[in-house]
Amino acid sequence: MMSNLTGAERGTAMIITGAGVLVGLAMAAVGHGDPMGTHGWIVLAFSALLFFFVGDKVYDPEPAEDRAASYYDDPTKVGIVIALAWAVVGMGMGVWVASQLAWPDLRFDAAWSSFGRIRPVHTSGVIFGFGGNALIATSFHIMQRTSRARMPDQVTPWFVLLGFNLFCIVAASGYLMGVTQSKEYAEPEWYADLWLVVVWVAYFVLYIRTLARRNEPHIYVANWYYLAFILVVAVLHIVNNLAVPASLTGAKSYSAFAGVQDAMTQWWYGHNAVAFFLTSGFLGMLYYFLPKRAKRPIYSYRLSILSFWGIVFFYIWAGSHHLHYTALPHWVQTLGMTFSVMLLVPSWASAGNALMTLNGAWHKVRDDATLRFMMVAAVFYGLSTFEGSFMAIRPVNGLSHYTDWTVGHVHAGAMGWVALISFGSIYALAPVLWRRETMYSWKAVEWHFWLALAGTVIYVFAMWNSGITQGLMWRTYTESGTLAYSFTDTLVAMHPYYIARAFGGLLFLIGACIGAWNVAMTIRRMPSETPELDYPTSSESREPAVPAAE
Amino acid sequence: MDIPHDWFVGFSKSFGLFYLIALSIGITIYAFWPSLGNRFDKAAKSILDDEDGPARGEGFDPEDEPCR
Repeated sequence: MMSNLTGAERGTAMIITGAGVLVGLAMAAVGHGDPMGTHGWIVLAFSALLFFFVGDKVYDPEPAEDRAASYYDDPTKVGIVIALAWAVVGMGMGVWVASQLAWPDLRFDAAWSSFGRIRPVHTSGVIFGFGGNALIATSFHIMQRTSRARMPDQVTPWFVLLGFNLFCIVAASGYLMGVTQSKEYAEPEWYADLWLVVVWVAYFVLYIRTLARRNEPHIYVANWYYLAFILVVAVLHIVNNLAVPASLTGAKSYSAFAGVQDAMTQWWYGHNAVAFFLTSGFLGMLYYFLPKRAKRPIYSYRLSILSFWGIVFFYIWAGSHHLHYTALPHWVQTLGMTFSVMLLVPSWASAGNALMTLNGAWHKVRDDATLRFMMVAAVFYGLSTFEGSFMAIRPVNGLSHYTDWTVGHVHAGAMGWVALISFGSIYALAPVLWRRETMYSWKAVEWHFWLALAGTVIYVFAMWNSGITQGLMWRTYTESGTLAYSFTDTLVAMHPYYIARAFGGLLFLIGACIGAWNVAMTIRRMPSETPELDYPTSSESREPAVPAAE
Repeated sequence: MDIPHDWFVGFSKSFGLFYLIALSIGITIYAFWPSLGNRFDKAAKSILDDEDGPARGEGFDPEDEPCR
């Protein structure tokens, strides 16, 4: 794979990984005795491994292939495989964490295995590890196909993909050591945050450079969704992680914000992470792979534009609905609530658009589990955005907040929407990417689909029941005006739901393992096939990127 | 420059509330502008025939192709 790099590119890669080794060594030296030191060793090992991986091929002959004749798919392939590995790890951690709630002895009494440490490994593992890698990999695929142009160079995509994974590894290992900023979905400490900024800027520049080389005048809507994902996540990440390190030789830092401003900044980040990490990029997947798989153009291109800008304009205000009944000014809460309800318009425009695209091709949905993944994902997207708008209404939030209902809502979105659209896209993508006729086992795709759907439904119903029970118990008063139930009473009432939740998660995990196995077998066992299509537009026929008149 | 708190709140409650709504109205008008329909239709179809490849014969209907 590294033999496809030119000599100059191999040199650049070795300089970058060599610099990584030095940075890791420096972190290990100055951070000795602090978790930062351990992170230094991790950075060093990661960079050294890649250094030798490239170095091993440095004297190979220059690649002879004609770059203009094919897309650059090596990083996409690796990204898909890494995403599936993170899916198994992240969801496995989820099952463990859920089981700890049902059977607390599963903590095993170690510091690193306590709930507060492995829960962020689960959330970051699935959101950033699985979701992030799936987004980066599919974006590499889609940006090239919709532009009909190859990526401008072969080092940047590797830098983005592997740099992002270094961030994920530093984050996850930090949680186990107790390193955290205590900000939801933004737990990693300052040096990991700084590194992610570098990677993310490289990602944005790579995307723009590819678009600048395009042979297709119109920038297809999926690209807009991916670009919003990259750009807005950069802004959110930088602002929310503004912090002053307690010392340059340790992991601890203090937020630049205080009190309710800190909370507001965090949830402005947190909710827009849901919008732009967990929605926008995955809508990009939906708008590309669903029409592609169904072999039908999207029902309404106009609606896709409307919902894109709707998401951009409305989501920005919605974060304050996480802070109802707090010290946050009442009008800011009301504003967040109003915009959250308005969000129904762009959300349902996308969900409806996806379903209307399939209208008239339901026989394909019936026969093709891959398309069914995408269809059910669109349904769950519609359901969870409706639920989200509903829960953002202040009195509803009074019942739902701090209960398992919130957890159920998040998982309806994360499992039902984000994971299903990702798996559907991976099944659509893998044969194209590895030049195989089809997936290794369509039966395995069916099994995965039904396990994932059953797991999600069990999970979400368990959490609805548990959350509403919990919320009602917390607000039940006796005749003398005291609370009727102690907190422990509510825990006892939750127990059966916690078992059901762990079981639902287990089904989902088994499905993901089957998916990873199926992709691996597709790569190893399926005969290869050279497709007629799927090559960039040749440079001779290159039209100007923006014609004078369309 | 020192921005007084009251002015800032007033600005947020007035301009801050409406500019995003105004932008949304603007983009709705753009998305549904009648003469742009052709361009959007072309864009929607662009991903389905997005690669160089052999020309398909007359009468080829992608709907007839079985799903894999």
